[in-house]
Amino acid sequence: MPIIDVHRLEKTFPIKKHRTGAMGSIASLIRGDNGGEFTAVNNVSFKIERGEMVGYIGPNGAGKSTTIKMLTGILVPTSGEATIAGLVPWEKRKQLAQKIGVVFGQRTQLWWDLALIESLELLRHLYRVPEERFRENLATATDLLGLGEFLHTPVRQLSLGQRMRGDLAAALLHDPEILYLDEPTIGLDIVAKEAIREFLITLNRDRQTTVLLTTHDLDDIERLCPRIIVIDHGEVMYDGQLASLKSRWGGRRQLIIDYAGDPDAAIASMGNGDMAVTEVDGPRVTIAFDRDEISAPDVLTRASAFGEIRDMSIQEPEIEDVIRRMYDGSIPAGM
Amino acid sequence: MYLELAKRSFQQQFAYRAATLAGLFTNSVFGVMLSSVYLALYWDKADGVSVAGFTAQQTVTYTWLGQALIMPVVFWGWWLIVDTIRTGTVVMDLLKPMDFFRFWLSRDLGRAAAQVITRGVPTLLIGALLFDLVWPESWQRWAAFLISVPFAVTVSFCLRFMMNLWGFWLLDHRGISSIMLVVSGVFSGHLLPIAWYPAPIRDLLNVLPFRSMLMTPVEIWLGQISIVHGLSLQLFWTTVMIGASYALLQVAERKVVVQGG
Repeated sequence: MPIIDVHRLEKTFPIKKHRTGAMGSIASLIRGDNGGEFTAVNNVSFKIERGEMVGYIGPNGAGKSTTIKMLTGILVPTSGEATIAGLVPWEKRKQLAQKIGVVFGQRTQLWWDLALIESLELLRHLYRVPEERFRENLATATDLLGLGEFLHTPVRQLSLGQRMRGDLAAALLHDPEILYLDEPTIGLDIVAKEAIREFLITLNRDRQTTVLLTTHDLDDIERLCPRIIVIDHGEVMYDGQLASLKSRWGGRRQLIIDYAGDPDAAIASMGNGDMAVTEVDGPRVTIAFDRDEISAPDVLTRASAFGEIRDMSIQEPEIEDVIRRMYDGSIPAGM
Repeated sequence: MYLELAKRSFQQQFAYRAATLAGLFTNSVFGVMLSSVYLALYWDKADGVSVAGFTAQQTVTYTWLGQALIMPVVFWGWWLIVDTIRTGTVVMDLLKPMDFFRFWLSRDLGRAAAQVITRGVPTLLIGALLFDLVWPESWQRWAAFLISVPFAVTVSFCLRFMMNLWGFWLLDHRGISSIMLVVSGVFSGHLLPIAWYPAPIRDLLNVLPFRSMLMTPVEIWLGQISIVHGLSLQLFWTTVMIGASYALLQVAERKVVVQGG
């Protein structure tokens, strides 16, 4: 049975339309603002198995956070069903809270005035975590996230990266089965991002924690999520393996060849559908090719006819490109 | 677990030393001003003559008790929950396996306990140094007064809690603020003793819950009401207010619309 099972979830919000001018404000005051409805999430369905790590991605306002809020139970959907760890979230919010951990990148659940360790202690009581379990989890988090140096610092004095690591530790004290992460690496430097990613990978591997993560950072996706769900305008556009999205739609790998001298000018017209020269820059030539059509050594062999090759490298298609093209509509939706 | 929350909140209050001193100063200045005005009004009256049940000395005592309880009980300007709705912190609070009402109540009681120590007792001591106050006549009255303060805080908290829950709909508190000022500033008896109002208003205020926030504790202190009557009145209103808070919370939670994201 999937740990997250979402079926035809929909959420609409009323739009507040503010009338302009003095008379308009008075009219709104009397009659209220009513400007129709906005569908934030539309007919979204997916299933996630225990231990999966799934990226939930899409542009701003696509409906990512609205979905997450419904899956945690703080937002009631307009229609549709969801079962999270066997519970309907908006009916059993408090019960579900024991089973999930949530990190919103732009919010904190730590107490501003208290030292990090005191916030964590308080959460231990809120979640009724046994003392011994708490010690173990704190030790693991301290070790993997390097909390040691700021455990006794008031939360308001922590840097964004430190606070984020603290929040992550806080969300995991009660051994949740599911971890929701909303933009966990937003605004962080490379080192902090990497620490958080390493931690999530370890967590998922050692404890089989199911992770659902929204992000704009496609490196997060590349490093963490074998499976992605792409959402736009409230609708699921793609749900599947990241690798197959790349190979089927991101299509083309690139072979970059450095010739010993300038290659034969005829190279520009090399290939026929299975590969194409995309750039010639002096001795450096970039060739895009389809991995299903032709192998890299074959491309290399054919390229060697145009000059002496000194060096080469292969670039995998970038997920950014794939998704950008998907948003542009050049990839059929709902494949 | 709620005790832990109260404890942290209690500790937190001691972090603001400058604010405490400034507040103490303000309370004392108001205490002196109001006491002086009342004493002037009583000037031509013989000792022991009372106006609507209050002698000059009792009125001054009422004034200082009112000042001493401003911070612990909180009569206006408390919008912490609305703030969390605006900043989105409420999302994190709702995501914890706890009772939202008790979460805030326990924190508020912790805060109040700290402010009895940092603001209440010192204000009253300053009043006692400057004026001749009436003290509870027996240890039973002392004890009853000490019990009546947490009741007062709880009734006030429920009122504030419900006012804040309006924020779930309005997402703003300026409108409610002015209502709150009347309800808890006037109806509690903080502006003037309830006994001083003309009959219809007085009778109305006497059957509303808000007198439990100040008037009833003061009457217990002054011996104007029997201990059993005073405390049972407060117990009754505390129960009603808690019930009302939960009822409103249920409606509000159902209607939850969290901003942002």
